[in-house]
Amino acid sequence: MIKKALLGAGIAALLAGTALSAQAETLRLLTWGGYAPDKVVKMFEKETGIKVKVTKSNNEEMIAKLRATGGGGFDLAQPSQDRITGAQAEYNIYKPIDLGRIKKELFIPSMLEATKKNTTLNGKVYGVPHVWGTSGLVVNRDKAPDVKDYLDLCNPKYKGRVSYRLKRPTLIAFAFSMGMDPFAAYSDKAKYGEILKKVEAKLIECKPNVKAYWTGGDALLNLLRSGEVWAAMAWDTGGWKLNKENPAITFVAPKSGALGWIDTFALPRKTKAEDAAYKWINFVMQPKIAAMITAAAGNFTASKGADAYVEEGLKKRFQESFPQEAIDNIKWYPPVPPGLEEMEGKVLDRVKAAK
Amino acid sequence: MAADETLVGSVCGTKETTACDLECRGVTKRFGSFVAVGDVSFTVPRGSFFSILGPSGCGKTTLLRMIAGFLQPDAGDILIKGRSVLDEPPNRRPVNMVFQHLALFPMMDVAGNIAYGLRRRGVPSAEIVRKVEDALERVGLPGYGAKRISQLSGGQKQRVAIARAMVLEPDVLLLDEPLGALDLKLREHMKVELKKLQNRFGTTFVYITHDQGEALVMSDQVAVMNRGRFEQVGPPPALYYRPQTPFVAGFVGDTNRWRGKVLTADATGVKVSTDSGLTLLAVSAAGMSPSAGDEVDVFVRPEAIALSRDEAGLGTLDNRMGGEVVSLLFNGANSRVLVREKNSGGEVDVTLPQAGEMHELKPGAHVHFGWRADQALCFPASGGDEA
Amino acid sequence: MSARTKLSLILLFAPFALWLGVLIIIPHIDMFLVSIREKIGIGQYRIGPANYMAFFTEPLYWNTFMRTALMSIAATLLTFLIGFPVAFYIAKVARGRLKTTLFLMVLLPFWVSELVRTFGWMILLRETGVISHTLQWLGLVHRPVELLYNDGAIMVGLVYTSMLFMVVPLVTTLDSLDDELIEAGYDLGGNGWSVLREIVIPHAMPGIVSGSIVVFMLSLGNYLTPVLMGGKNSLWFTEQIYQQFIVRFNWEQGAAFGFLLLFLSSLIVWLGLKITGQTLRETMG
Repeated sequence: MIKKALLGAGIAALLAGTALSAQAETLRLLTWGGYAPDKVVKMFEKETGIKVKVTKSNNEEMIAKLRATGGGGFDLAQPSQDRITGAQAEYNIYKPIDLGRIKKELFIPSMLEATKKNTTLNGKVYGVPHVWGTSGLVVNRDKAPDVKDYLDLCNPKYKGRVSYRLKRPTLIAFAFSMGMDPFAAYSDKAKYGEILKKVEAKLIECKPNVKAYWTGGDALLNLLRSGEVWAAMAWDTGGWKLNKENPAITFVAPKSGALGWIDTFALPRKTKAEDAAYKWINFVMQPKIAAMITAAAGNFTASKGADAYVEEGLKKRFQESFPQEAIDNIKWYPPVPPGLEEMEGKVLDRVKAAK
Repeated sequence: MAADETLVGSVCGTKETTACDLECRGVTKRFGSFVAVGDVSFTVPRGSFFSILGPSGCGKTTLLRMIAGFLQPDAGDILIKGRSVLDEPPNRRPVNMVFQHLALFPMMDVAGNIAYGLRRRGVPSAEIVRKVEDALERVGLPGYGAKRISQLSGGQKQRVAIARAMVLEPDVLLLDEPLGALDLKLREHMKVELKKLQNRFGTTFVYITHDQGEALVMSDQVAVMNRGRFEQVGPPPALYYRPQTPFVAGFVGDTNRWRGKVLTADATGVKVSTDSGLTLLAVSAAGMSPSAGDEVDVFVRPEAIALSRDEAGLGTLDNRMGGEVVSLLFNGANSRVLVREKNSGGEVDVTLPQAGEMHELKPGAHVHFGWRADQALCFPASGGDEA
Repeated sequence: MSARTKLSLILLFAPFALWLGVLIIIPHIDMFLVSIREKIGIGQYRIGPANYMAFFTEPLYWNTFMRTALMSIAATLLTFLIGFPVAFYIAKVARGRLKTTLFLMVLLPFWVSELVRTFGWMILLRETGVISHTLQWLGLVHRPVELLYNDGAIMVGLVYTSMLFMVVPLVTTLDSLDDELIEAGYDLGGNGWSVLREIVIPHAMPGIVSGSIVVFMLSLGNYLTPVLMGGKNSLWFTEQIYQQFIVRFNWEQGAAFGFLLLFLSSLIVWLGLKITGQTLRETMG
């Protein structure tokens, strides 16, 4: 009697489960904050009838999440272009993109080509570009007028008034600023190790200048806003956001080059809504929609013609931070070969432990 | 007998032979407007067993806690061996206490409990060991030192608590109803035991209880306390046979009580007409001189009442009446008969004689009973002091 | 036992068994299997103890753990020293409404999330924060003071976060201490200190032990407080585990660290119990 009832309940639950999943097509999107604003999601849902479930994350967590499920749990992810092939080679979490299903005419051609090249593994393309931006310096020009490059953060004048993250972009940035080319050494672990060793020494030397290694973007903005920190290595959008409140603070493209990143669209290997994923990509790359995402995220997209719809103030701030030569000097992240993160991690640990 | 009472009332040190360990002078304690202890004075002679008997809420615990030092009196003085101890905190007073729930330290073994006070005094450890063994010996628990408190029976805990306090050789040992938690049989046994221990140690005991049985059996002197005041202080027989207040008469021992009005009163006795319609002959309690018309209470002990099958058996007793047996309350030597008086309808408690004709008495039987006038004590009617 | 009662018994225990099995035992077995995997190339692994060895051969990891453990012990001690008088006051001195109010006040910080609490402290302690401003306004200091980003700030955060878990078991055990025992302690010649040491503390020992274990484990496992409030030199073992799992993609190392944390913290608790002569059974019973 009881067994029968249990069985019945079990079947009912199963049926309910399938019913639920069949009810509406859902796109589970693993992305960054600001890349899927509510307004855009609503428009997409209205147009296609596909529900969008947004999970906000970052590069490392995206890989960790997909790795834990072998590429399941999400239908579309947005890792940075340099973090795709390494993760794919090691954990096999992505599915190649069918470029035929992408409306190529919506993309800025050079950016599409670059991303395709950087996300190709064994002849297959795993990513198409979406949002791009840079990291460089956010500087309070009243208090630290002569911070022009990453190494200037180590100027003793600014003791205790500087902040950066203890993460790989900092290592790369300092290497460039010290006149080395870490990207060129990506394929040569020994050489890369040499570079890291020098950067490590510099970062330890620079430690007295650091007020705190920042971990969250909002916390950093607060430090800059309150004047507790005068110069920091951070994303361009943070600098422009503060610039709106306080003209003295802005994003400065460092002399040795801002670090350029492109966040992509990539298909998790076990995606269950491939159609919806392509529909989403082609939807958000429309110039008007892309401009809405730029407004929300603060960064520009790879959508061709979207600039026309972007708010003037943002464009102005961009142009102020990026004269043409600064744009030309942007160091775009090449794909990270597997194994580098571990070397970098040990360096970062030692920097943090150093007194 | 009268000499006893003057001795209690005597001031310490007036006679060299009656030095006393504890003296309270006009001790008063108020909680807000409530007077918990009001102007209480008494002395306790050295080596005696002094009980404070009273119903719960009478202030006896407050008084004891003032002596121990946990409360500070609002007025009056407390002297131990003739020296005021008001300025001494509890840990310095030469008194120790056996608490109501004994308060043995469960985190220590028996020896640890007894040694606690000695350690606090800085007694050398070899001496502590010796004293602890000695104390255990004296309370009849030799070799129990290593036992946990939880392994002891109720009576053994009792003795450990006493040993723990006595090992400090206090001038006065205070006991706060320590037998209350024991079952009846053990309580009866411990009464005797406590008295023996007190004799053996020769220490002054101040014992508070609401159980008159405990107080009467163990004490040299008993103070009956009510509403923050001492009603009467004296040796147990004096309290029992010659109560000085209606409260004492009602509270100490069992008693029958009638309320009524004085018809006539003279040196030989008092004639009272009770509210229930009886006319009783009684004597006035010491120090009272009621006059006609006064409202009075008449107290008669059950054992003072003679019981007989026929009227002739009562002889010439001053008060004689008849009635019907309502019930028999068998309790061995303390058996009672409840008789309904035929004229007033009131019930009277009578002790059942152990020998003779009465042991076949059945409910419904007609009996005659009576008592002498001098066994009926007459007090001015008090308020609502039901004991 | 009839088949029916047997079945209902099985059903009754099923959620617990399921919880234990699915959420505790199986993940730990899996974690252990991951932790003994040595990475030798891209997607290539072999079984071996290298991940565990790394902990002992790389001083950084070992130091990080020691630092975490010592700070956690210090936080536990500090929480006890602050929490005990509070608990004693709530259990033995305060009466009626005051007691409830005080207890609620201890509870109050836990009505918001740990993140919010930590940010609250950051607002207080930072250079442009409330305390810094107050000190300047009082004229005690003449320039902003930075109270955040150091080990003291971590300690403040840890103690604050743990207070409830120390106070509640202490209040419970102290509540059960008969006032008579304290009075007896005084009556027999003890003073405040000896009564505390010989009667109150031994009685409260189960509460102290359980409170300390919980606080120690919470501090050791805390992630947000050390990361957000700690200084630039601050290393915390859970941060290291997070780094290994999430940032370095080194699950093998992270899993090994997880197990080491489990064993080493259990070892410390066991040592603590040994040193103070307590047993876990007494504490739980």
